[in-house]
Amino acid sequence: MPHIEVNNDFPGIRGLMAFRPETAEPLAALAEVLLRDNEGLTRGERELIATRVSYLNDCFYCHNSHGELACIYLDGDRELVDQVRKDYRHAAISDKLKALLTIASKVQQSGKAVQPEDIAAAREAGATDKDIHDTVLIAAAFCLFNRYVDGLGATTPTDLSTYPARARQVVEGGYGKHIYSTVQPVR
Amino acid sequence: MGCDLDGQGEHPVQKRIVMAHIDLGNDLPGIRGPMAYCPETSKPLNELAETLLRDDNNTLSRGERELIGTYVSYLNDCFFCQNVHGSLAQHYMECDMSYIDAIKANPAATVLSDKLKALLSIAASVQKGGRSVTTGQIEKARALGATDKEIHDTVLIAAAFCMYNRYVDGLATWAPQDRQFYVDRAPRRAAEGYLDYDLHK
Repeated sequence: MPHIEVNNDFPGIRGLMAFRPETAEPLAALAEVLLRDNEGLTRGERELIATRVSYLNDCFYCHNSHGELACIYLDGDRELVDQVRKDYRHAAISDKLKALLTIASKVQQSGKAVQPEDIAAAREAGATDKDIHDTVLIAAAFCLFNRYVDGLGATTPTDLSTYPARARQVVEGGYGKHIYSTVQPVR
Repeated sequence: MGCDLDGQGEHPVQKRIVMAHIDLGNDLPGIRGPMAYCPETSKPLNELAETLLRDDNNTLSRGERELIGTYVSYLNDCFFCQNVHGSLAQHYMECDMSYIDAIKANPAATVLSDKLKALLSIAASVQKGGRSVTTGQIEKARALGATDKEIHDTVLIAAAFCMYNRYVDGLATWAPQDRQFYVDRAPRRAAEGYLDYDLHK
């Protein structure tokens, strides 16, 4: 049960967005540009950063939702997604993405935790300024989304088999209004 | 790095002290630097701030909402944000910065309403993590008259500042150290709002 009466059955952040469409609009727009922009980082890389930060913030709904999205972009490699969650340093991902995940993990703790050497390592591995910018803002944004979801006790489906259908809905249609205003996909 | 260290003499108060982690292509302080660097993301970031902090269709006053943002920024140790929003709270509440500082240090010891104290307590829990918010805190706020929308907005303002603060400090943007700089700017930000303002002024 959420801490507030949201007057709908939508899961996770979707229920909160339907409760307050005025703030849902910029939140959805932010997710759309940060996670679906095709320049620089790939959509899969962006969703992996989101998954890792959500996992560190212990947000079950978000790390499973974005983990499923990453999984789709990674051609179904769920093991890789799980390794990025828990032990990205030994995952089969690029050195650039590892360095960016280090920055994201620091941002999860605090903005001030990011050190010049973290930035230098990312740049050395080929990250551009825009990649670093996007990484910091994706990580920061998930410190928002995760707190929003759990701070209001949003409804969190515990059945993991319900997550892929919602992930496919986002892959196909993006983070627009349809995710919190239409009938929720179940399979 | 393209950071321009020349010409500092013109604006001593805005003297660049530390370079940001990335070349933002401008010398703007705080969040305005990355916002000018990346207009695509600054648009929804500003729209969110406008709706959450300034929209008058809200039973929480602008001052109360800015205070929540200030308190969370203080807990996140973000100098730029706590001064920008503390100055706005001070402007709306028609008090001085020493009162804002007293609230940041210990809201419970001030003359704020019990309802606002309960909401600030929820905001402080959100700053630690969403799961830190307890049913007891929500029940207390509700018993003191807080509506579901007010609780929602408190949580989302607190969560949003956990993003803004990390964006500002995670990129190591610079912040003017003279707090009067922020107080002087507050009336204009209050009048212009967070949408469509000139980042360079």
